[in-house]
Amino acid sequence: MSLLELKDVCMTYGKVKALQDINLVVEKGEWLALMGPSGSGKTTLMNIIGCMDKATSGSIILDDRDLSNVSKNELTLLRRDKIGLVFQQFHLIPYLTAVENVMIAQYYHSMPDEAEALAALDRVGLKDRASHLPSQLSGGEQQRVCIARALINYPMLILADEPTGNLDEANEEIVMKIFQELHTEGHTILTVTHDLEVGKQAEKCIIIDHGRIAESKYNR
Amino acid sequence: MLIALLAVAIGATIISGMVTVYYDAPQQMGREFRSYGANMLLVPSGDQQWLAQSDLQNVIGYLPADKLVGAAPFLYEKIKINEQPILTAGTDFDEVQKVSPYWQITGKWPVTGSKEILLGAELAERMKIVPGQSLILTTGAEQTETKAVVAGIVRTGGKEEQVAFMDLSLLQKLLQKNEQISLAQVSIVANQTELQTLADKISEKNPMLAPRLLQQVAHSEQTVLKKLQALVFLVTIVVLLLTLICVATTMMAVVTERRKEIGLKKALGADNKAIVLDFLGEGCVLGALGGFLGIALGFFFAQSVSINVFGRAIGFSPMIAVFSLCLSIVVTGIASLIPVRIAINVEPAIVLRGE
Repeated sequence: MSLLELKDVCMTYGKVKALQDINLVVEKGEWLALMGPSGSGKTTLMNIIGCMDKATSGSIILDDRDLSNVSKNELTLLRRDKIGLVFQQFHLIPYLTAVENVMIAQYYHSMPDEAEALAALDRVGLKDRASHLPSQLSGGEQQRVCIARALINYPMLILADEPTGNLDEANEEIVMKIFQELHTEGHTILTVTHDLEVGKQAEKCIIIDHGRIAESKYNR
Repeated sequence: MLIALLAVAIGATIISGMVTVYYDAPQQMGREFRSYGANMLLVPSGDQQWLAQSDLQNVIGYLPADKLVGAAPFLYEKIKINEQPILTAGTDFDEVQKVSPYWQITGKWPVTGSKEILLGAELAERMKIVPGQSLILTTGAEQTETKAVVAGIVRTGGKEEQVAFMDLSLLQKLLQKNEQISLAQVSIVANQTELQTLADKISEKNPMLAPRLLQQVAHSEQTVLKKLQALVFLVTIVVLLLTLICVATTMMAVVTERRKEIGLKKALGADNKAIVLDFLGEGCVLGALGGFLGIALGFFFAQSVSINVFGRAIGFSPMIAVFSLCLSIVVTGIASLIPVRIAINVEPAIVLRGE
């Protein structure tokens, strides 16, 4: 049974059609890469799937719930309970330590649990850096904290926007290895990337161009 | 945030200081007004000519000691001084100095119990007498002569300048009017209503006495105090509004600065309630911190005003401290409402867009 299903999804900003007739099905445990040039509509699609924006038309079913007729507040609750977000620019709160940055996601979800947050940092190999501020961590380490934060509430879908966009080759490798492990463990992952090499590691590539799905192919 | 804290602290300082002055000023000014003379006269009731000195002592006994500035007895009688009939008053000079501190003396005050005299300025000029000169007092049917010395000349700008003052017990002895007085001037720290209540109490407890309020003095006091309090109230309101605007502006700047953080929190699942609680909580902590700072500074401000203007120190009032703290928190809370509104309108998608 599919986790996410998009049917004829359109998004317009005034006269600009950002997305047109998007049809997409994401199965549980699948790893998809959304690829395409800048301005193709990848981020708009990601915002809609990530419950941060509402489509102009079409239906989006996430875990049997139709997102097209829910309120903003319900979208927030759905995002909190079902989605884990990984950002290109990490977006860690600068005055909080690594473990506190993970715990803040718990705080808005249920209740902060330091032991669980430390376990999540351990999962990405950063337990010994738990008390460091973001400014004391390298880019790769910050991205791993961001992944730990995305995983802490056991989301059904992990959305990663250019997760290696700000990383050097060595750190890109570490981060992609974590994604591989998460995929092996059965997590459903959707990554947005420009990088062909990153895209190739996903199970399936969706190429978007001018707001439409131009191509959909399996990598293996 | 530091600017907002400073704004709240300064606001709380002025509010706490002003409220202290607002409540303390009537008492301070009341004492200040007492230096302009008595505000109550005790005269014999009905057809009586005299009052018993013991009645005055009795009244002093039940007047509030902390409010009573002084009670000066007076016995008026015409006697011959250097063969001229002069209106003479026997009084207690220690009490006169308390009740009428505005009397200006050339020479010195007579010593209580001595045969020294204080002459009114007009009288002294007419008789061409200067301090240190001796006078002959002639009293009684037997025309008894008593020698006295002029200790000083008094200027008051009033009718006192036509009177000769001497020790009450000396005059009573010369006139053989032991324990008798004509009237008493009382100076007491009280507003018009309190004075009237005291007057009623005196009339009830001592029917031989008829208390009379010096209405003009009491009324002027009341008018000045009301105007002063209105001014303090107005300043407090203006300061409150300025604090409100300053905190609201700073909080709006804080929200704009932390727009990305708010977006991130929303992206992580923070609902509007959580964002509102975050910012209102910060606002209240800011209000409390600023309030505590303001209470301490406000007390020193009020103390400084009191010492420099009224020459008296004031006590710390826990009630005003609690009031100022609550007001600081409420004002900061209200000032945070517009910024909170902006915060809840932040779209989480801005984080993904990297804006």
